Amino acid sequence: MITKNEIKQSFFLSMWAIILTFPLMVIKVNTIKNIVIFRWWNILYVAIGAFVASLLWNYLLRRKEEGAKKDTKDSIPIVHRLLQNQKFRLPFLATIGVIALVYPFVTPMYHTSIMISALVYVILGLGLNIVVGLAGLLDLGYVFFYAIGAYAYALLNLHFGISFWIVLPLSALLGALFGTLLGYPVLRLRGDYLAIVTLGFGEIIRIVLENWVEFSNGPRGIRNIPGPDSFGIELTQHQSVIYIYFIIIAVCLITIFFVQRLENSRIGRAWIAMRDDEIACQAMGIDKTKTKLTAFALGATWAGLAGVIFAAKTSYINPMSFTIWESITILCVVVIGGMGSAVGVIAGALVLILLPEYLRAVAEYRMLVFGALQVVVMVFKPEGLIEAVRKTYKYKKIKE
Amino acid sequence: MEPILNIKNLTMKFGGLTALNSVDIAIKKGEIAALIGPNGAGKTTLFNCITGIYEPTEGDVQITPPGKPTDSLNGLKPNIVTERGLARTFQNIRLFHGMTVLENVMIGRHCRLKSGILGAMFKPKSQKLEEQQAVADSYEILEKIGLEQFVNEMAINLPYGAQRRLEIARALATNPFLLLLDEPAAGMNPQETKELDDLIIWLRDNENVSILLIEHDMKLVMSLSDNIHVVDYGKKIAEGTALEIKNNPIVIKAYLGDESEDA
Ligand SMILES: Nc1ncnc2c1ncn2[C@@H]1O[C@H](COP(=O)(O)OP(=O)(O)O)[C@@H](O)[C@H]1O
Ligand SMILES: [Mg+2]
Repeated sequence: MITKNEIKQSFFLSMWAIILTFPLMVIKVNTIKNIVIFRWWNILYVAIGAFVASLLWNYLLRRKEEGAKKDTKDSIPIVHRLLQNQKFRLPFLATIGVIALVYPFVTPMYHTSIMISALVYVILGLGLNIVVGLAGLLDLGYVFFYAIGAYAYALLNLHFGISFWIVLPLSALLGALFGTLLGYPVLRLRGDYLAIVTLGFGEIIRIVLENWVEFSNGPRGIRNIPGPDSFGIELTQHQSVIYIYFIIIAVCLITIFFVQRLENSRIGRAWIAMRDDEIACQAMGIDKTKTKLTAFALGATWAGLAGVIFAAKTSYINPMSFTIWESITILCVVVIGGMGSAVGVIAGALVLILLPEYLRAVAEYRMLVFGALQVVVMVFKPEGLIEAVRKTYKYKKIKE
Repeated sequence: MEPILNIKNLTMKFGGLTALNSVDIAIKKGEIAALIGPNGAGKTTLFNCITGIYEPTEGDVQITPPGKPTDSLNGLKPNIVTERGLARTFQNIRLFHGMTVLENVMIGRHCRLKSGILGAMFKPKSQKLEEQQAVADSYEILEKIGLEQFVNEMAINLPYGAQRRLEIARALATNPFLLLLDEPAAGMNPQETKELDDLIIWLRDNENVSILLIEHDMKLVMSLSDNIHVVDYGKKIAEGTALEIKNNPIVIKAYLGDESEDA
């Protein structure tokens, strides 16, 4: 099962790991007493850990290769099989619906609140999935539009007292507008170049928000942002969390609904064609400029919405909520969940956001864990947790 | 009658390399024309210049679609060229791997459909009908090309010969009056080549398209073509029927020269 060669390789790897981590894991300097402590035991842990990890890695790689040799054509993910099967589709969706419905009533407020955060990422992930997953444009500045939505609500409410319910649709339009504006200068770029430039844009918004104090209140941020307008009904704190929970569930459903429709429309097909082969897509009569701009605009729309809900939920925003790490987290949700796959992105958001909340150990090394997960997914399952499945059509003759 | 495609004095330079050197080619309506020449002669480059993927250094490309006035294609983007009624396939297959076979053909329909963002999101009746029509049209094209058994397969899972045919189906879906096929038989076995031969003739006779094809399979070229254009080192060296070309000393020299270089 495990070959001699693999054991040898793992052995050398663990030796290498010992040398590499020696200064970090073994040597400890106590600066108060000015002594150096050698924690020799740690060598053992590092060695065993690296050895086992390497063996496991090799084993999994081999299994994957063996799996690829077999016919994997009909390896449709189980979620899709449930959704496609008429008999299971309704009960499956109903179960999820019921769970979503009773969730805030049977769990403490803390859990509901965490779930709201995760659902914000579902919306963000679905939006970024349009740009990255469907249109194949690597956008590292997605947080730009998220910030626009959040600040739009905070500022419009602060200065003009405009209600959540008006800013919500407005922010979707603002997102689309800024998506188009940002799309224009980067039209000619693709791949790495696009990633770098969008990353720059994402940072620009943070720097502007930090330094334009008269406009955004600078690094101090904006406090006391009211929750969603409840039309005069007094809500306790717990009730208002439940209220936001149901609002975000509704917005999630709307997002899923529209994103699904877009994906299987003329526009959505053009996005995928552009992702798969830019030259062929133009040669088939697709306007590249228009297609890229619509992808940017329709991706940004959802970030705008998510931003408003985020601001209303946390009641306090500052520029540090919109750093590059936010963009990267959303990108991780899309890539690990499954590029181009709405179901995958939803699962990805729930796993990646809920996990660190409940596993404190993970939370501290969040980015490290995301990075490691990213590598594992890329090697073993490049299509993500739940891969995309295209719509199948039944042919009906149309009478002339 | 005006030629449906009229290429005049076309020159394409890549830095110091002249890939095409004032080439003139005219294609008549209803014709199957072939473009032949040794490897690196500039055939694919000519297709790229016609379809707007490259912008030629010099020269004119004019079209006269059936029933329409003469029009210039100079400087148009590839998608506009396709809208005007020219469609092409690629020498190295360029299908959309993330989509099904039917969706690949539906991409071809893209420029003949109208539905936009709001249409996609709110699906009014007109959009639903358009979509249904697109599915039906695309399916019909797959039937004609003989790929209907693969409708909902992912394009990447198709056998090689079927992928080449799918490229033709996709091009046909754009409603062209002229099809440009870049080495459609490359990599096909004799049986598949024979079927392709029949398909091309069938397309010309039933679909109202004229065809310009680049091909190395001389048997296929000789049996199909009404007119053959020969290029070598970017220059057009001959034009004529199969018989004329076969006996043209300049052509023979170009090909023999090519072979002796290979050896
Ligand atoms: N984009 C390009 N840049 C530089 N040289 C090119 C480019 N495209 C084609 N060429 C050169 O032009 C010549 C003709 O190529 P091509 O048209 O592909 O020949 P073929 O007749 O085999 O299709 C070749 O020498 C090729 O290297
Ligand atoms: Mg070529």
